[in-house]
Amino acid sequence: MVNFDKVTFEYIRRDEEGNVESINKALNEVDLDVKKGDFIAILGANGSGKSTLARHINALLTPTEGTVFISEMDTKEEKNLLKIRQKTGMVFQNPDNQIIAGLVEEDVGFGPENIGVPTKEIWERVAFALEKVGMTAYREKSPNNLSGGQKQRVAIAGILAMKPECIVLDEPTAMLDPKGRREVIETITELNKKEGITIILITHYMTEVVGADKVYVMSEGNIKMFGTPRQIFKEVERLKKYKLDVPQVTEIAYRLRQNGLNIPECILTVDEFMQCVTG
Amino acid sequence: MLRDITIGQYYPTESVIHRLDPRTKFLGTIIFVVSLFLFKSFWGFLLTGGFLVCLTVLAHIPFKYVLKGMRPMLFLLLFMMIFTLLMTPGEVLGEWWIFTVTKEGIYAALFMGLRLTMLVLGSSLMTYTTTPNKLTAGMESVFGFLKIFKVPVHELAMMISIALRFIPILLEETNKIIKAQQARGADFESGGPVKRAKAMVPILIPLFVSSFRRAGELAEAMEARCYHGGEGRTKMKPLKYAKRDLVAYLCLIGLIVGCIFIP
Amino acid sequence: MSLILDKINYYYGKGTAFESKALKNISLSIPDGEFIGLIGHTGSGKSTLIQHMNGLIKADSGNIYYNGQDICDKDFKMTELRRKVGLVFQYPEHQLFESTVIKDVLFGPKNIGLSQLEAEVAAYGALRSVGFSDDLIDASPFELSGGQKRRVAIAGVLAMSPEILILDEPTAGLDPAGRTEILSLLKTIKDEKGITVILVSHSMEDVAEFAERIIVIDDGEIKFDDEPRKVFSHAEELRKMGLEIPQCTELMSRLADAGFNVDRTCLTVDEAVASILRSAGRGE
Repeated sequence: MVNFDKVTFEYIRRDEEGNVESINKALNEVDLDVKKGDFIAILGANGSGKSTLARHINALLTPTEGTVFISEMDTKEEKNLLKIRQKTGMVFQNPDNQIIAGLVEEDVGFGPENIGVPTKEIWERVAFALEKVGMTAYREKSPNNLSGGQKQRVAIAGILAMKPECIVLDEPTAMLDPKGRREVIETITELNKKEGITIILITHYMTEVVGADKVYVMSEGNIKMFGTPRQIFKEVERLKKYKLDVPQVTEIAYRLRQNGLNIPECILTVDEFMQCVTG
Repeated sequence: MLRDITIGQYYPTESVIHRLDPRTKFLGTIIFVVSLFLFKSFWGFLLTGGFLVCLTVLAHIPFKYVLKGMRPMLFLLLFMMIFTLLMTPGEVLGEWWIFTVTKEGIYAALFMGLRLTMLVLGSSLMTYTTTPNKLTAGMESVFGFLKIFKVPVHELAMMISIALRFIPILLEETNKIIKAQQARGADFESGGPVKRAKAMVPILIPLFVSSFRRAGELAEAMEARCYHGGEGRTKMKPLKYAKRDLVAYLCLIGLIVGCIFIP
Repeated sequence: MSLILDKINYYYGKGTAFESKALKNISLSIPDGEFIGLIGHTGSGKSTLIQHMNGLIKADSGNIYYNGQDICDKDFKMTELRRKVGLVFQYPEHQLFESTVIKDVLFGPKNIGLSQLEAEVAAYGALRSVGFSDDLIDASPFELSGGQKRRVAIAGVLAMSPEILILDEPTAGLDPAGRTEILSLLKTIKDEKGITVILVSHSMEDVAEFAERIIVIDDGEIKFDDEPRKVFSHAEELRKMGLEIPQCTELMSRLADAGFNVDRTCLTVDEAVASILRSAGRGE
């Protein structure tokens, strides 16, 4: 569904005369292959290129070199643009800066309006999308009075209403409190399981990643590690080198094992830990 | 606090006025404003004022809230009234230093004050009862004919509707920046005009920077959701006249005719 | 130096249709040299509370005493309070405005009336305390990375030599390494200067690891004000307030419930590992 073929992206800075001052490779020959229905997590320090990568999936940015294919469509081709953006929706970090309309339902309807969905169907889609994220009760409210977690769910509904195959979320929980974080993660997990929507989640919170099918670790514009959460979180020291971390319970298990206790190699959740020790 | 500014903000409730077509409300506001300037006697104020009171009651908006919207206009209103009071020639009632108060002046100032008050109340009634989105949809449709002259009607309407949505957010942001700089010992209250103007720099620069950042992020979010201008766009809430709009137009015609023929 | 809040009440939008009580009967005492964690969900009243502490918001009722003096007294100098109680807002890098880093950090010290020399000493000291590299001090703050901007903004408040430093989510949006760096810096600053640090945070793990005392606020009321071990033993109540307990505390209490002889109040990974090893007979 999402294919990156040796994608390089350069931010070029020019001085006042237009001469090139510096070139910053935000992405460096990145290969990525995401299958339909996957739940993918991308980890990486600030400035590692995660957000640049995310913006390529939605064709907000196009590669300097290499090609990005979304369902076999090249993102560089102008004629594919709307189709690509309809297929791969995007949720951003700041909930305030992505809600366009003054009413929840009107905001959810914004995307379908843009792609020319007939009026009657827009209403059906809005009702469906709000239902899926559990925000039906707020449909006629102003977004300004919602909590951060609720705003992000509205943003997700806005994308759902476009019937996407894939949702890319760029640090959607960075500005939320624990409850808001939980709401958002539960919502996207359910969309992935029940609706079969491909999820690409970019985050700094390690505990949000344990449910993913695959985890990619980025550093300096490259994908450095890739595998199941269990394969990734096994390498505690290496992750720390990339300015990342592992969930606390994983680290405890890792250190107990190092001290010779008989604990399986990679524990991801408290439940798993309990199962191992109680049998 | 800055949050208290109510003028131009939507008041969410359920009423027949809220349900009216935004074009009706937009054109209706224009008709109301025009009729305010058609009569010359106090009977006219009774008619238009009564009309306004009926609308407010029908719109289920508390009078207190409506009047609060007048507050930012108060200074301008008083200034214009005093100016008119002192500048109108006619039958002299009293004199003091260079000021003369005339009978005509009193009338003119009163008329002017009442007209302006009703003008502001009437048009804010429109924004109280119409969501920014509907309002711009209405304006887009009313001014749609300008498209022939290559006026980007849709884009302008979109700009206004986004600006309206971001007013409260930006006010809050300003408030936050002021406080943050106060926490760094900034003083905005003392000193002469030059010092005070200079004290605004630490507020204005962060405000500009953050507005640009917001604008950039918003543009990105809109683009990501397939926004590409008005072309090929459908409407979730297309404008459709209902019977109540016909009734509203009849009332408005009644009002304007009444204002023309009132003694 | 001490700050005492006595029965503070505050209403949002007082006198309007939207009036609601934001703070209810808050009484607190903030002594010298403590690392305090302040937690509560968004909208619980945390931000309102910390703005009372340096006089940015005036309470509707109740008193605040700074060194025994009521801050509402006519002869009380508010600038003195602003100087002694430093407040770093959320995303403080959004308030940077000067053309160079050093000028921006000088803004605070100059406002409180320090001479150019004194102000510069304070500013350089503050930049060093936050681990900001010297060769960037003449750069434009707008060209720095997110993490660097954050440090400059914190230095801007630190340069006023506060005795209480309040930070509203200083690690929001940073990666795990950046978070740990900022928090360790705060701890060092607190230890070296003997000041009080109040950390407002949404990360239970961070608060558990660094704070010596935790204040939990919910619906404008103080629900807990105690040492972290005691506060995090109320897992159920915290969850009801939209909060959580650190994952390692959760693990340890479940192990203890399952009959293992471990310390259920462990707050950090280190403590948890040590306690489990001890109970497995491998401890020191």
